[in-house]
Amino acid sequence: MAGQLKSASIAALVTAVLVAPVFGLRILRDGFNNILETDWPFVLLSAAVVFVFQMVRPLLSRGTSRLKLPVLPPLRASQHKWITLFILAALLVWPFFGTRGAVDLATLVLIYVMLGLGLNIVVGFAGLLDLGFVGFYAVGAYTYALLYQFAGFGFWEALPLAGAMAALFGFILGFPVLRLRGDYLAIVTLGFGEIIRLLLINLTSITNGPDGISGIPKPTVFGLEMTRRARGDDVTFHQFMGWDFDGSHIVIYLYLMALALAVVTLYVSNRLMRMPVGRAWEALREDEIASRSLGLNPTRIKLSAFTLGAMFAGFGGAFFAARQGLVNPESFTFIESALILAIVVLGGMGSQLGVILAAVFLTVLPELARQFAEYRMLLFGLVMVLMMAWRPQGLLPMRRPHVELKV
Amino acid sequence: MSADPRTIASAGDDALLTVDALSMRFGGLLAVDNVAFAVQRDEVFAIIGPNGAGKTTVFNCVGGFYKPTSGRIVMGGESIAGLPSHKVAGYGLVRTFQNVRLFKQLTVLENLLVAQHRRVDTRLWSGLLSTKGYRRSEQEAQDRAVVWLKRMGLIEFANREAGTLAYGHQRRLEIARCMVTEPRLLMLDEPAAGLNPQEKRELSELIDELRREFGVAVLLIEHDMSLVMGISDRILVMEHGRPIMTGTPEAVRTDPRVIKAYLGEA
Repeated sequence: MAGQLKSASIAALVTAVLVAPVFGLRILRDGFNNILETDWPFVLLSAAVVFVFQMVRPLLSRGTSRLKLPVLPPLRASQHKWITLFILAALLVWPFFGTRGAVDLATLVLIYVMLGLGLNIVVGFAGLLDLGFVGFYAVGAYTYALLYQFAGFGFWEALPLAGAMAALFGFILGFPVLRLRGDYLAIVTLGFGEIIRLLLINLTSITNGPDGISGIPKPTVFGLEMTRRARGDDVTFHQFMGWDFDGSHIVIYLYLMALALAVVTLYVSNRLMRMPVGRAWEALREDEIASRSLGLNPTRIKLSAFTLGAMFAGFGGAFFAARQGLVNPESFTFIESALILAIVVLGGMGSQLGVILAAVFLTVLPELARQFAEYRMLLFGLVMVLMMAWRPQGLLPMRRPHVELKV
Repeated sequence: MSADPRTIASAGDDALLTVDALSMRFGGLLAVDNVAFAVQRDEVFAIIGPNGAGKTTVFNCVGGFYKPTSGRIVMGGESIAGLPSHKVAGYGLVRTFQNVRLFKQLTVLENLLVAQHRRVDTRLWSGLLSTKGYRRSEQEAQDRAVVWLKRMGLIEFANREAGTLAYGHQRRLEIARCMVTEPRLLMLDEPAAGLNPQEKRELSELIDELRREFGVAVLLIEHDMSLVMGISDRILVMEHGRPIMTGTPEAVRTDPRVIKAYLGEA
């Protein structure tokens, strides 16, 4: 009790010292004079609030320990199928009734879902801390941008190449790096992300430096452009369908494509988890020495996770380039890597549903709270600290599907 | 003749595992000094010695966890010295660990599935599309696992997480995980540590059966003398990294050098 009193007093004192210069003392201009206005009651009040909070905190923590976030109820396979189909149908239909802004935001969310699920393979399944994930995203985006600029590729021809290119980069980077463990791997991948960004800025002759590449075409519908007027003599989508041109068509189309890509990513990562390679990732994460003694090649197995994760980042990047119509190195800063990692950690490493929820949360919330834009990073940090303190396993912790033996 | 380990090693040219002039140096410490032995097919061969004699270091060299400073390790006619452990496993040589190393969060069944990683269909496409061949490969792996779970009396725990098993069961699961890979040489690092007398009796029966039914050779490190003396065909005694002698349990039991190593100067 005495110790608690002491710590609470110290916390209150620190609060008073911190708050006093910021809120307690205010310099006001009155004509030519500067007046120092004091607001002691406010300082005392904040100190008192902190003191009381520190005193009752043990009681609170006792309360929260009993508080439990939901764990997903186990569903039977048939239920699972129907629920999935229902959600999918809803996601397919709603953009036709939603506003243009909402559909656009949903497209952004889906890009982050795809990136989050991709990084989840690396961090969640294989347990490799990758801080340079955005590097692969950039490789994908620039692959499409450059293929368009120098070879006139369309989105659909470039998409597989963007994925393959990012996967190749993942493979080349992973090969020497995956012998490293934990922190070392994190640092090297962090450096890799920065190298890619700096290359994009400085290879001016190819990437056009900080200005980036613009005028990247949007995806076509079976070769039909979704613009007001087609280049050359081609028929556009709305002419072909006999509709009037409407700018929201392309928005909905992009949304549906992002949905398709996200669903493919979800399906693949879901399968991977149940495949031998998924088991091997799990085993390797738990005990590398035992895994090796059973003949599992650690480098090869980790490399597969790294390469697959990079590939999805590449797909995401190509789609991002198509949606924006413009790529520049500004879009691929470390903050972006941190955001994607935050999605994975917040969602619960390895948990796909958690990652999807976190992607929605971390993308939609800043949009809703636009008036607090300056506090965005602060809030972001606060959420992370609170999560780590109270629920380090994430929103919806992973419950790996086990292979069940039917007796 | 049993006095000189070198002669035994050279005599066993058709041996399953031949270790010759093996040395392992950590900085200034010579942990293993010129050790040689050979394990015959379906033989139970034990390595004993006081703590710090270098037994586990020999294991780690043979298993590919350490790169020996010098020496020859030949498995079935092929040199495996210096190969990484995951390649060594490919020669049919698997091991258990002094302190059990299971994948605790995987189920008992999955532990045995992971062990078969080398032989199941791990191709990406067949798994993603769940082809017929892939499903068959998974089913066969599961069937092999079930055979061993039944054999080891662990079938009722198949869907439990391995970390939740009782210690004795964990020990058995670790052996099952090795056996499901169908090894030629099973290396057991103190398998009886922490087992009660009843479990120890079961273990020695198990080792004997594995050797007789499946023709697997066993290389064993163990401190429990009654177990070692009961099941071993031959024993290598080590002290301070050096081999003292190799011989049958009777020869070892009566050898004055062994008694001196264990009890000190009389």
